[in-house]
Amino acid sequence: MNETALPNYLQEGTSLGSWLLTRDHKRIALLYMFAITFFFVIGGIAATFFRLELVTPKGDLVEAATYNRLFSLHGIVMVWLFLIPSIPAVFGNFLVPLMIGAKDLAFPRLNLLSWYLFMAGGTIIIGSAVLGSVDTGWTFYTPYSSLYSNSHVVAAVTGVFIVGFSSILTGLNFIVTIHKMRAPGMRWGRLPLFIWSQYATSIINVLATPVLAMTLALIALENLTDLGIFNPWKGGDPLLFQHLFWFYSHPAVYIMILPAMGVVSEVITCFARKRVFGYNFIAGSSLAIAFIGFMVWGHHMFVSGQSPYAGLVFSFLSMLVAVPSAIKVFNWTTTLYQGSILLSAPMLYVIGFIGLFTIGGLTGIFVATLAIDVHVHDTYFVVAHFHYIMVGGAVMAYFGALHFWWPKMFGRMYPESWARLAAIMIFVGFNLTFFPQFVLGYQGMPRRYHSYAPEFQVWNVLSSAGASILAVGYLLPFIYMAWSWKYAPRSGPNPWPATGLEWQVPSPPSKDNFSGIPHIEDEVYAYDQLFGKSDEPHSAPS
Amino acid sequence: MPMINSLEKATNPTAPLHEHQFVALEQQKAAATAGMWVFLTSEIMFFGAIFSAFLIYGYLYPEVFAHFSQKLHLLLGSLNTGILLTSSWTMVMAVHGAQQQNRRLLLRSLVFTFLLGAVFLGIKGYEWSAEIRSGDFPGSGQVNPRQGEIFLRLYFIMTGFHGLHVLIGLLLITGLWIDTARKTNIPSSQLHFTENLGLYWHFVDIVWIFLFPMLYLMDKPRLPW
Ligand code: HEM
Ligand SMILES: [Cu+2]
Repeated sequence: MNETALPNYLQEGTSLGSWLLTRDHKRIALLYMFAITFFFVIGGIAATFFRLELVTPKGDLVEAATYNRLFSLHGIVMVWLFLIPSIPAVFGNFLVPLMIGAKDLAFPRLNLLSWYLFMAGGTIIIGSAVLGSVDTGWTFYTPYSSLYSNSHVVAAVTGVFIVGFSSILTGLNFIVTIHKMRAPGMRWGRLPLFIWSQYATSIINVLATPVLAMTLALIALENLTDLGIFNPWKGGDPLLFQHLFWFYSHPAVYIMILPAMGVVSEVITCFARKRVFGYNFIAGSSLAIAFIGFMVWGHHMFVSGQSPYAGLVFSFLSMLVAVPSAIKVFNWTTTLYQGSILLSAPMLYVIGFIGLFTIGGLTGIFVATLAIDVHVHDTYFVVAHFHYIMVGGAVMAYFGALHFWWPKMFGRMYPESWARLAAIMIFVGFNLTFFPQFVLGYQGMPRRYHSYAPEFQVWNVLSSAGASILAVGYLLPFIYMAWSWKYAPRSGPNPWPATGLEWQVPSPPSKDNFSGIPHIEDEVYAYDQLFGKSDEPHSAPS
Repeated sequence: MPMINSLEKATNPTAPLHEHQFVALEQQKAAATAGMWVFLTSEIMFFGAIFSAFLIYGYLYPEVFAHFSQKLHLLLGSLNTGILLTSSWTMVMAVHGAQQQNRRLLLRSLVFTFLLGAVFLGIKGYEWSAEIRSGDFPGSGQVNPRQGEIFLRLYFIMTGFHGLHVLIGLLLITGLWIDTARKTNIPSSQLHFTENLGLYWHFVDIVWIFLFPMLYLMDKPRLPW
């Protein structure tokens, strides 16, 4: 515990310029954190309005047109300005160099540029919202977004286009850093699983996002110049848009969930006080998900008029992609087996993740089944499915990561009992919000309408009630985290304690992370060495 | 990136040879090269999206696409293909010059590459304006049959994005030329930059190698099987 004399990265200048022009990956991570927290609030406010609207069957709070704009804003902001950047841009930025023993990412200037691109795109998107937003949903389906567009589609897609470049560049930075900047002894087989998940995510970012960029460019041109390539009157095909869009956007759902899975792997071994079970399988399944994820986009188009044979193949491949996800869940649960489990806040979030992700994944199998999807497509069933994964999974993991690495980032503990309360409220609120939507969807309530048949009201009221619990659950961390920033007790370098390189440097770390070049002699998850117990009798001292 | 770097070094001769996040110059070079390859992979997907769109529509409307393909200026297109290929050769010479610490060769090859690239853009621009004048322009109301509009629009977008890449290449070449002209030797950061610029330029060339037969030569475009 040599608290070296080096100033930590937060003390390296406090002027605005020292933040806005920083090239330190840790400061850039914090810049992202502030930005996406802001966007999360905006997306949440939009959701508050339409959950209020849905308390009664009649459309009485907002008009249909306003409602469309609200859910579009909500989706666009949550997907592109919160979920996609969330764990990679904040925790990936902060942790990738620390975890592999490097001073910074390979291209620090590019990293700062990525943040500026992100902010520019985000500003344009929010600007388009102020002007009156779009009414296409986050999916920008043609012809809503082209022939019949009556909203600010061009501005919105331009914003998303620019944000896309920011994720491509971040992905590029991570790939090169992980390949070229590992400290001596940090072999691939010793990389933390969080790094593996970031690596898989970055591959998707680099390969899929450019397709989205081209697609959005075409949409913008279609609006600006009456391009016609998605317009049937000119011989164009609107389905081509769906193919191109989902070719990106299905892999994009893995951009959201893979980093979350990385967080789960780190936290669960730490709080089970055990070596992770099946390291190779967890690492390999990240790559498998990234790979298979590119071949299943057609499952969003079962009822769009694609050929039934294509539907059959896409259905089969979609079930295949559930296999590596299941492998991870099994490995995590086995890691818990006979561990000495500590239910601190990060662990509560992560256990919540496993439960909710499992429900989300299993209902993914439902909707990947052709016959069932014909019934539930475009109903609240699908809404519930993806919220279980994106909110129950990715957002839970984001909050788990926030609590787990908070002491590292700021050198202070968060207040544990408040944090546990928030975690439990989020879990309960979440289930109350979204479980009723499975029922609603199964009963046939379509998504994206501002009024509905009266017999659906009970479930909708439950859902809105849950949403208010959820909102309070999300609000709590804002308050106590802000408090802990100044007033909480100092945490020391390794409060949990955890293995892993990032825990061996002071909290907060110094600007260059390490005082020398670290040498790695052991695997990352040597928790049995840390706590002197092993339940794998044959585990050779590695 | 290298420009700022070399400025630093010009004013401060004791500045370290590599940027602070690396442990050695070799690592910095390896990172720069890897970064370029990853970037180009991303670019392949970018062009891949619109190439697929073109192939799909070519498959749907083979006669229309054949008809409009024939209306393009084959001679100028072929000439441009030759010009770009030659420019790839001069770019190879530029990289060679940088590797041999041969400033004169580097500077001269950059000039040739720049000129060839500029002539390419000039010819392409002339083709565009001729097509626009003759009414083979989407939205002119004279395109018949109307699926021809799809061919033309994809043609303009594809050559437009490609031309944009050439233009960016020209800007980078200019920057590198100025940087080299101001110095008496070629520091390693600049060598890496030259090599990466070479990779980029060849990539832009290869994109054209795909574009040219697809747009100008495909009598009846089909999917490759
Ligand atoms: C476990 C494997 C998964 C399978 C088999 C699966 C399957 C499906 C299917 C078939 C649909 C289309 C349903 C329809 O529109 O009728 C769908 C929708 C969706 N899924 Fe999944 N999914 C899986 C995992 C995920 C993950 C990990 C995420 C996000 C992190 C996700 C997010 C979404 C979203 C956002 C939609 C709806 C898109 C929209 O129409 O707005 N899914 N899923
Ligand atoms: Cu999907």
